[in-house]
Amino acid sequence: MILSLHDFWSENGCLILQPYDMRMGAGTFHPATTLRALGPEPWNAAFVQPCRRPTDGRYGENPNRLQHYYQYQVILKPSPSDLQELYLKSLEVIGIDPLKHDIRFVEDDWESPTLGAWGLGWEVWCDGMEVTQFTYFQQMGGYDCKPVAGELTYGLERLAMYIQGVDNVYDLAFNQNGVSYGEVFLENEKQMSTWNFEVADTDALFDLFKKAVAECQNCLTAKLPLPAYEQAIEASHIFNLLQARGVISVQERASYMGQVRDLARGSCEAYMAKNAEAWAEKFPEWCA
Amino acid sequence: MTDFLLELRSEEIPARMQKGARADLEKLFAKELAAAGVTASDITVWSTPRRLALIARGLPTQTEAVSEEAKGPTEGAPDQAIDGFCRKNGVTRDQLERRDVKGRQTYFAVIEQPGRAVTDVLAEAIPAIVRAFPWPKSMRWGAASISTESLKWVRPLSGIVAIFGDALVECEVDGVTSGTFTMGHRFHHSGEITIGGADDYAPKLRAAYVIVDHAEREDIVRTGAAKAAADAGLQLVEDEGLVVENAGLAEWPVPLLGRFEDDFLEVPPETIQLTARVNQKYFVCEQDGKLANAFICTANIEAADGGAAIVDGNRKVLAARLSDARFFWDVDRKKTLEEHAKGLERITFHEKLGTVGNRVNRIAAIAADRLPELIGWSEKKARAMQPKLRKAAEIAKADLVTEMVGEFPELQGTIGAYYAAGYGTEISEAIRDQYKPVGPNDDLPSGEVGTLLALADKADALFGFFSRDMRPTGSKDPFALRRAALGVIRLIIENDLRFQLSQLFSAVDWEQLYDSDGVDYSDPSAAIVDFVIDRLKVQQREAGVRHDLIDAVFALGGEDDLVRLLARVHALQSFMATEDGTNLLAGYKRAANILKKEDWHGAEVEIEATGDEDPMANVDDPDMKAVYAAAKQLSYTPEPAEKALIDALVAAQPKAAAAIEAEDFAAAMAALTSLRAPIDAFFEEVTVNADEENKRTARLDLLAQFRAAVHNVADFSKIEG
Repeated sequence: MILSLHDFWSENGCLILQPYDMRMGAGTFHPATTLRALGPEPWNAAFVQPCRRPTDGRYGENPNRLQHYYQYQVILKPSPSDLQELYLKSLEVIGIDPLKHDIRFVEDDWESPTLGAWGLGWEVWCDGMEVTQFTYFQQMGGYDCKPVAGELTYGLERLAMYIQGVDNVYDLAFNQNGVSYGEVFLENEKQMSTWNFEVADTDALFDLFKKAVAECQNCLTAKLPLPAYEQAIEASHIFNLLQARGVISVQERASYMGQVRDLARGSCEAYMAKNAEAWAEKFPEWCA
Repeated sequence: MTDFLLELRSEEIPARMQKGARADLEKLFAKELAAAGVTASDITVWSTPRRLALIARGLPTQTEAVSEEAKGPTEGAPDQAIDGFCRKNGVTRDQLERRDVKGRQTYFAVIEQPGRAVTDVLAEAIPAIVRAFPWPKSMRWGAASISTESLKWVRPLSGIVAIFGDALVECEVDGVTSGTFTMGHRFHHSGEITIGGADDYAPKLRAAYVIVDHAEREDIVRTGAAKAAADAGLQLVEDEGLVVENAGLAEWPVPLLGRFEDDFLEVPPETIQLTARVNQKYFVCEQDGKLANAFICTANIEAADGGAAIVDGNRKVLAARLSDARFFWDVDRKKTLEEHAKGLERITFHEKLGTVGNRVNRIAAIAADRLPELIGWSEKKARAMQPKLRKAAEIAKADLVTEMVGEFPELQGTIGAYYAAGYGTEISEAIRDQYKPVGPNDDLPSGEVGTLLALADKADALFGFFSRDMRPTGSKDPFALRRAALGVIRLIIENDLRFQLSQLFSAVDWEQLYDSDGVDYSDPSAAIVDFVIDRLKVQQREAGVRHDLIDAVFALGGEDDLVRLLARVHALQSFMATEDGTNLLAGYKRAANILKKEDWHGAEVEIEATGDEDPMANVDDPDMKAVYAAAKQLSYTPEPAEKALIDALVAAQPKAAAAIEAEDFAAAMAALTSLRAPIDAFFEEVTVNADEENKRTARLDLLAQFRAAVHNVADFSKIEG
C-alpha cells in the first residue's frame, strides 16, 4: 500500500521522503510539512510518518485506537486545482472502489494551537470512517501561507483495514505469510500504554520539558531554526506524555500549550527571517 | 421575458453553511437586480454539497431607459462655464434647454440613459456577488494565493454556469470563467454536462445523479430513513437536524439501515445516540420505546451491491466507537462516585473561584442549608430532605472526571445519573437534572432535590463571577451567566418558589464558603438582582409582557419576589389594555407634570418609596393619617370635583392596599379604576393654581396624594405611552 502511494505521488511530481526520526503527534509536525509550508517556493513531497499519541493508548483493547500508528503525508504547494481528483485516484490505486464504498468530504477545519496554524478542509470518510484529513493550510506559525499548500494525511492502518476487510487492526496481515499487525505491535501497545499512563517518571518528564524549552531558546539565540524546531517537537511530545499521566491540571494545560506554541512560532519566525530575503529576490510578487 | 440560471460550483461546502449560503445568494442577487432597476417574477435558490444554484424567472432583456436632468449655469454666464457644463454631461450646446428658475433663465441638460442589455448587467453582477459573498469562514487556494489579496471562497471555487435565456453570460472572477457546462455526480457521472438554460438544468443534473433541489433531497432522507426503519419493524427516532445535514452531505442520498451487536446496548442509550448522531450523522431507531441495535446512515451512491459493503463499513466504525464507550463505562464503574469526586479537588473551576471541589462545597451549603428555609419548607421537611440534598450535591459533579464525560462532555449529568443509580431515584434524577434548564425550551428538573440542586448550581455561579467582577458585557458572556439567570427565573417562577431573590445571595456566608483568604467578597446581591430582573424583562418580552411594566413594579422597591412581581405585572398589563388604564395613566402624567413643574413635594415626601420598606406599610403610616386628616379639614369649601377626588382617594387607598396585601392584584387595579373619573373631572373643573395660596397648596397636596395612591400599585412614571 505504501509502495503504491509512493509510486502514485512520485508520478505526480512529489519527492518521496523518509520519516523524521523524532517522536511526534502527527505527520504535520515533520519539518517537511510545517517549515516547508512557509515561503513562496513550490514544494511537493510525500512520506510516511510514525505518530505517537500517548492519550489514545487503549492497552491493545480497542479495535482501531492506538498510541502508535502510521500516517501517510502528502504536501503540495501551491495546492493544485485538481487536488481532490488526484486524491480520489490515489484511493483507487490502493484498491478502494468509489462506486462500492461511500466516499465523502465532511467539513473538518484543522487547527493546531501548538503550531499557531489553521486551515480549512475536510475529513474524508470511507463508509463512515475517517480515513484522511484533507486541509488547505491558511496559516502556519502565525504567518499567512503564501501560497496555500494542500495537505493530505492518510490513516494507513484504517485504510488497510478497509482493503483487507478486517474489523480489528491487530488482525491486519502484515505480509503474505501470515504475520499479523498484532504480532508486530500488540505487545508494544500494551507496554507503551502502561508506561504512558502509569509508569513514566513525571519528575523526569517535567525536567525534560524544561530542558527542551531552554535548548530551543538556545538555538533561537544562535539563529538556528531547524534545531530549534526539533526542540519544539520534543517539548510537544513530552507535554503529551505529561497529559497522559494526568499530572497537568486544566489551568496549567493552557500555560504548557502556550509554551510549546511559543517555541514552534519562534522556530517558524527564525526560519522566515533566515530565508525571507532570498525568497523575495526570487519571487518578486511575494512578501513576508 | 427571459430566465436566468447561475451555478457556482466549488469543492464540498460544509453542510451547516448551505442554508445561509442560499439566503445570501438570493439577497445579493436581488440587490444587484434592484440596483439596475430590474425585477424578476420569481427567484429560486438550490444547494448541493458542490454547488449553489439560482434561477431567476421573468427578467426583461433590457433595463428601462432613464431620463436624468442636470441643472447648469444661467443664461449669460461665461462661455467657459457653459462649455464645461456641456462637456461634463456629454451634450452639445444646442441640445441644452432653457428654463425659468426663480426668474432667471437657466440652462438644463437632459441626459437620456438608454436601457442596458440585462445580460451585461448580469455579467457585472456575478463577479460582484462572488466577491461580496459573506461565508462564515473562507479561504485562499492555488497559485494565486501567493498574495493574500486573492479571491476567497468557502472552498476552492471551480466553475461558474451563467445562462440568460439560452445564451452564455460571459464573465470572469479571478481566473474562473463562466461557461455553459457543469459536472454531475462525483462518482456516478464523468465528463461535462452541457446546460441549455434554466429549464433543463435540474433534469440534466438528475440524469447525472445529482438532485439539485435540497428540499427534495431532504425529503428523500426523511422518508427513506423512516421507511428503512419500518421495513425492519422499527421506529425511526426523528431528527430534523440530521435530515438537513445528511441532505447537505450528498448529491444523491441513499438511506441504509444497519445493525450493531446487541451487547453494546448495555451502555447508556444517550451515549449510543450521541455518538451515532454527532460523530457519524446516523439516525437511530427504537423498538417498543427502547433504543434498538440499529442505525441508519445516508450514502451518496447507489452501490452495485445494494450498499452491503457500505453498511458493513459503517457498522465497524460504530462498533469501534461503542467499544470505546463500553471501555469507559467499565473503567468508570470500578470506582464509586465519592471516589471520583475526590478528583474534583484537582480541577480548577476558575482561577479566582477555586477548584470544582470548592464549588461543590458551596453548592451543597446553598442547596442543603440555605434553600429549604428560604423557600419556606417546614423544619421537619427540611430535616428529612437535607441528607439527600447534601449527598446529591456532593456527588453531582463527580462525573466530570470520568472517562465517559471526558469523551462525551455533552453528557455531563446524564452519565452521573447512571453512575448514581445506587443512591436512589431522587438523587440520581437530581444529578441528571442539575444543569436544567439549559435553554428557554428545556424541561425543568422533575423533583424537589433536582430543583434545589439546579438553583444552587446557578446561584453559586452568579455569585462567584459577580463577586469577582466578571459580569457579562455586551455580547460577551463567557461563563454563560445570562443562561444561569434565566435558569434561576424559570426555576423560581415555574415552581412557584416564594422568596426575596436578594435573600438568596445576601444570607449565605460566602466568606466562609470561598475560604476567602483575606479576599474581599463584597456582596454583589443588588447587582445580581438587577441582572436577573433585566433577564426577566428579556424573557417576558417573548411572552408578550411589556418591559416598562416590569420596571414600573420593580421600581417600587423591595419587590424581588419574582412570583409576586410577575403576578403584579400581569394584572397591570391587563389594566393598561383597558380604557380606564390608559386614561388613568394620562391623568397620572398630567398630575406628575404639574407637580414637577411646581417642584412640589408636599405630602409626597412622607410616602415616597425609599426602596427598603414594604410599600403597603403606608396604609397604617401615622404620617398618612395626617395627610388624610389634612385633606378632610380644608380651610375652604372644596369644589364638587375636588371633593369627589378626595372622597375617591380615601375610599380607594385602603381597598388597593388590602388587595395588594392579599396579592389580589386585579382587585388593586380595580380600586385604581375608581380614581379615573374623579381625576378627569378634577382637571376639567378645578384650577390647581388658584389665586388663593391655601387652595393652591391643598390642591397640589391632593395631586401628590393621588400620585402616591397610584404608586402603591405601580410606579406609573416608568410606563411608556
